[in-house]
Amino acid sequence: MIPAGFEYHRPGDIASAIGILQEHGDEARVIAGGHSLIPMMKLRMAEMGHLVDLQAIEELKGIEIGAGTVSLGAMVTQHELITHDGLATAIPLIREAALQIADPQVRYVGTVGGNVANGDPGNDMPGLMQCLNATFELSGPDGRRSVAAREFYEAAYFTARDDEEILTRISIPVPGAGVGQAYEKQKRKIGDYATAAAAVMVGNGHASVAMTNLADTPVWSESASNALADGDVSGCVAAMLDAIDPVADNRGPVEFKKHVAAVMLRRAIERAQSRAG
Amino acid sequence: MSKMHVKLTVNGKQVEGLAEPRTLLIHFLREDLKITGPHIGCETSHCGACTVDIDGKSVKSCTTFVAQVNGADIATVEGLTNDDGSLGVLQEMFREHHGLQCGFCTPGMITRAHRLLQENPNPTEEDIRFGMSGNLCRCTGYQNIVKAIAASADMLNAQKEAAE
Repeated sequence: MIPAGFEYHRPGDIASAIGILQEHGDEARVIAGGHSLIPMMKLRMAEMGHLVDLQAIEELKGIEIGAGTVSLGAMVTQHELITHDGLATAIPLIREAALQIADPQVRYVGTVGGNVANGDPGNDMPGLMQCLNATFELSGPDGRRSVAAREFYEAAYFTARDDEEILTRISIPVPGAGVGQAYEKQKRKIGDYATAAAAVMVGNGHASVAMTNLADTPVWSESASNALADGDVSGCVAAMLDAIDPVADNRGPVEFKKHVAAVMLRRAIERAQSRAG
Repeated sequence: MSKMHVKLTVNGKQVEGLAEPRTLLIHFLREDLKITGPHIGCETSHCGACTVDIDGKSVKSCTTFVAQVNGADIATVEGLTNDDGSLGVLQEMFREHHGLQCGFCTPGMITRAHRLLQENPNPTEEDIRFGMSGNLCRCTGYQNIVKAIAASADMLNAQKEAAE
């Protein structure tokens, strides 16, 4: 499987990368780790005249652990998320989820920025970032702006990012001490997308609940989160089942997906609660 | 599309060539450099037969453009022999423990296991199974692959101790 031809660019800073995107418009696309994009290019479902490789841009790299905020560069790989001890201490949920993404080889190159920016409903990081109430930093021809993860996803592969913008960093508030976190994912085999996955934070009178691959965007539910904050687990599950909108596919019929969603959510809640306090 | 100049270090040797940017690393290795250890299996980044080591990371070379790794240091199964050309520890242990039947997945298995043992010299059986989960074998049922890697870890640790 050979993709269509393209011209290859490796800019050294964000401004140059945006310049290339502006110059070539629809014909240009950025590539991070490439493990979502290259398979699509090989199937000729994605074709572009210009491929803009972000690997040489230092501003897109690095994990910064602040007192109240963690900042992840868009080019940070899943492998880096897993092996960073400071991050595992600050927000253990991220390592727990990253270990359930794809397989070891893919995690060495797959990036957190690619995972959240692609808009694929099957990706794990978007729901996780909604649970954590992360903010995505975007840079474009008109400068920089921030979009909340909970506002970023519009439909499958459609996000608030404009074509000439690059997602540069992700800011995540560090959950307070005493907040329990858990990620539960049901998948058919290693490397598969979720049949259903749940990200849960609970503790100190607050809660946040998001789910993955059960609608054409990740689903964060305010009413489910509020119910859990009040200690009402059944109410939380009922509100989430009301919020998701799964479709039948080779991972199962709608009824099965709703069943698995409830099981994953209950397990994640139980584990998060056991880690709280 | 015009070709680009590609320079790589492969198994310790400097190599160069011309390639279209869309050329996948696996094709550049096999067709241009005639390094045929890494295999093309599923071609969809699932099976791991094309796994090579790139700057200290296990990567599926069917899902990597040669343009992305221009300048990189790459190791394939051919580079994991001893200096005198005899079988390296992992290669010898795969043979000893019957860690292969048809052998198609073996170059990817051994190259991945090499990086796994670099990062974790004392893996549990669970560590090995989790660390090898990006490589598929349709013959062995994995038991002997896991045994071969565990035996390699023991032998490499014994060699290290003897050297100290």
